[in-house]
Parts: sequence; C-alpha cells; structure tokens
Amino acid sequence: MSAIDTPVAVPAGVNLPIYMDNHATSPLDPRVLEAMLPYFSQKFGNAASRNHSFGWEAEQAVENAREQIAKLIGASAKEIIFTSGATESNNLAIKGIAEMYKERGNHIITQVTEHKAVLDTCKRLEKYGYRVTYLPVKADGLIDIEDLKRAMDDKTILVSIMFANNEIGVIQPVAEIGKLCHEKGIIFHTDAVQAVGKVPVDVNAMNIDVLSLTAHKIYGPKGVGALYVRRRNPRVQISAQIDGGGHERGMRSGTLNVPGIVGLGKACEIAGAEMATEAARLQAMRDHLRNKLESALDYVEINGSWEHRLPGNLNMSFVYVEGESLLMGINDVAVSSGSACTSATLEPSYVLKALGLGDDVAHSSIRFGLGRFNKEAEVDYVADKVIGIVQKLRELSPLYEMVKEGIDLSKIEWAAH
Amino acid sequence: MAYSDKVIDHYNHPRNVGQLDKSSDEVGTGLVGAPECGDVMRLQIRVNPETQVIEEAKFKTFGCGSAIASSSLATEWVKGKTVSEAMEIKNTDIVKELALPPVKIHCSVLAEDAIRAAIGDWKKKNGVGETTGAVAVAAH
Repeated sequence: MSAIDTPVAVPAGVNLPIYMDNHATSPLDPRVLEAMLPYFSQKFGNAASRNHSFGWEAEQAVENAREQIAKLIGASAKEIIFTSGATESNNLAIKGIAEMYKERGNHIITQVTEHKAVLDTCKRLEKYGYRVTYLPVKADGLIDIEDLKRAMDDKTILVSIMFANNEIGVIQPVAEIGKLCHEKGIIFHTDAVQAVGKVPVDVNAMNIDVLSLTAHKIYGPKGVGALYVRRRNPRVQISAQIDGGGHERGMRSGTLNVPGIVGLGKACEIAGAEMATEAARLQAMRDHLRNKLESALDYVEINGSWEHRLPGNLNMSFVYVEGESLLMGINDVAVSSGSACTSATLEPSYVLKALGLGDDVAHSSIRFGLGRFNKEAEVDYVADKVIGIVQKLRELSPLYEMVKEGIDLSKIEWAAH
Repeated sequence: MAYSDKVIDHYNHPRNVGQLDKSSDEVGTGLVGAPECGDVMRLQIRVNPETQVIEEAKFKTFGCGSAIASSSLATEWVKGKTVSEAMEIKNTDIVKELALPPVKIHCSVLAEDAIRAAIGDWKKKNGVGETTGAVAVAAH
C-alpha cells in the first residue's frame, strides 16, 4: 500500500492551510478591524462616564452598534444587551428568566441537540428545583411541533430552542415555535449564534422574545455578544446574574467592551448588507463540495435535513473511515469531526446520536463550515484531498473490506471496548 | 492533537497492510474492538509450524491515527518473534514507542489484544497449549 498522504495539486490562488471550520469561529473581517481600531487607544472612554467627552464618544459608538445589531434582527436598539459572548447570553437568558418568573412556574422546555451552554445551564437549574423537558429530534434533526405542544403545561415559563445547529446546520421551525409560545404566553428564547447574519432573522415576525448572538461567528471579534430582550408584547424581564453598576438596563453589569461592541455592530451591518449574495455563494460552493464528494465516494451520508440548513454547512459521514484519522490526513485543511477520538470523552457527538445515527457512523462524520473568505478553488482542493484520503483509509479499513465482501457487520459479535 | 513523529510516520506509511488467508492452519486472525467504539483492528499472523516463528503479519484498522499506528507497529514487532515471545509484547511498550497521549492509551491496549487474539486463534487451530486469557475477541 502506498502512503496515505498523496499530494493533491494546490490550485492557483489557494494558500494552505485552508480554514473551513467557520461554525467554530470565523476570521475577523478587515472592515470590522478598521472600525474597531480607534476605540483601543484614541477613543478609549468608558461608555458609562457621563461627564466628559471621552465617555460620550464611547457611549455614542455603543449606541450606534446597538442600532446596527437591532437592525439585523428586526429589533429596536433599546432591546439589545451586551454580554461577553453567546455562552453568557444563553446563561443570562435562561437563568435570568427562570429566576424572574419562578412564581409563575418552574418548567422549561429545550431540546437534546442544543449547545452545551443551554443544556448545562438547564441541568444546573434542575438542581434548583426546575423541571426541564428535553425534546427529542427527528432523524432530520428537527423537533416535532406536536412534541413541543404536548410538553407545554401551565407551569411552563420558557422554551429555549436553537435557531440553527452548530454541528449539522439544521434550522428549526423558529417562526412556528414562536407562534405557539405566544399563543400560550410562554417566553421563547433562541440561541441564534449560527443563524444571525447567515439567514434572515426577524424577532417580530418570528415571535422571538429573547435571542442570543455573538460576534465571532459573523467575522467579528471574540469575547463580545449580545442578548435581545423583548420590551413589549410581552415585556420580558430578566434577573441579572452579575451584580455591579447596573449597566445594560440593570440586566448585565460590567464596563462595556467598547472596541468589541463596535466590532460586533460593524459585523452585523456588513452581514445585513451582504447576506443575500453571500448565502447564495456559500450554498453554491457547499453544493459543489457535496456533489464532488458523492460522485467519487460510496457509503457517504448527509447528516441532518438538507432543505432546512445553513448555506455554508455540510455535515457528512464517510462510513467505515474514522473521523479523526481522516482529519489527520487532511492536516492542511481545518474542519471538525463528530468522532469521539477528537475529544477527551470517547463518546461521539451527542447531536449526531440524537438523529439516530449509529455510533459507527457518528465516528465517521466531518463538518465542513464554509465562510465568507473561502474561495471556490479551495473547495476543489478540499474535495480532492478528502476523496484521496478516504480512499486510502478504506484500503486500510477492515470494515470496508468486510462490507465489500458482503459480510453483514451487524451480525458480528463485537466486543465492547 | 499533537502526535509524535512516529505516530505520524506509521499513519502516513502504514506497515504490513493487507490480509492473509484466514482458512490456512498457519494463520491466526484477531479481530478486536467494535465499530461503535470507533476502533476495529484485524491483525493476522502466519506462523512457521516447525519453528513457531511468526514469519508474516498483516493488519487492517478502522480507527484514529493512534489506532492505525499502534496496529502497524504491532505487526512490525511480532514479525520474527516466536509465538511465546510475541505474547510478551505489552501495551505499555507501544505507548512508550509511539509516545501516545494518555487519552489514546486504549489504542495500544487494543493492539495488545489484537496480538493475543491472533495468537489465540492460531493456537486453537493447531491445538497448541492453553489459550490463557487469549481469546478470539478480548474485551476489557
């Protein structure tokens, strides 16, 4: 057998390594950086300083960013609360609502494929006497609205369902969920980290009450995010989780990260202006990647709904090849795997398992996350590289050999390891 | 994960990939692990019936880079050894040679199991000695 790593020609204009993991984080857009720079050393005022021009200048920049963010999601600027990022936004939303509305009820509904920032927050609340329903998802990764209806009772105070999944890119029926929540008088929070700036989000049209977003997934800086909190119909109240100077309408104390906030605002402005063309371009590249891989390889599977999906997401399993060894063979391409071997837990992705995937298929999954700065030529390179490595690793795979010989792998008595 | 150069070398240039004739009396086959766990190793040995020396070894592995490297190394190490010498190979030796990170130690355990399973299979076929602890599939 020849070497695993067979060279693939690098197309003109392509620089290695290639970044194709934009669900994890995204590079800062140079236009965002440019907007941020003056706020580090020249316009360095504290936005809470009300008695001099340094403070006013910073406050003005923050209010401008609030407008930019609000505009992207159809909100008003007063409804935007700044945080350190999506994890904090999710914690603040869920804990803050649980605490504020505990007289009304103690029941929360979420779903099994949420990000850990939501799941672990809910688990903590269970320790404090809250009841949490974790809705299952169908094989396509979507929740069943009927399940949601059935789970709601007169003690339900909050439904937290993510807009788009970070692994499989599947977009939940958010407008339907929002409508149902409003009919029942239940607050609807959505972790929209992966969706904002990628697909249209409108908090009013979709009846979203509370929404988490973060800058670094939309070509903004890390360490800054926001929480949208509805001010009317209904007016949502959130109990602060950090005590201090009463910043951000008393919901989140702490000196504002002005440069970061300016960056988040600018990132939202750019995303709003370019969303339509960018989504079309990413989708075309993503589809090209899928087609190329599928036409060259057998036993590949798409994970999650294809129709209800972020334009830049492709989550595929290359069955009979283990994900981490695949990543090793494409070490000049940055992607992620749902395989356990990339984590310390040895458990494959809980999101993929929730779709009903066998552990073996989950171990074989790769997430490609295309973003603003990917080029078409990169997609061709990545596809060729993946095809080559998968073929080589399958030559090495006893499972692939057995399947090709017609052996039913499910009939073998494997020893649990 | 930052791997040692040896792991990367075995991954890029796996030794002794392939299969031996399972039905031959001279061949022992060990198949260990499970697809759900993300690792399946098949290690085969061909033993000289006169000398009990392992003259040939082949493997195929579904698994991460450490699993591939561990099984590739195992085939190199068993070759030229007698069956009883090969039984002495310990997973800790594999860990040391490949400088496996702690989270990947199970890959070396699997390789040790694969060696023992292959030898166990050969012994069973040839009615040699007791298969002390060495069964076709070793669980742990």
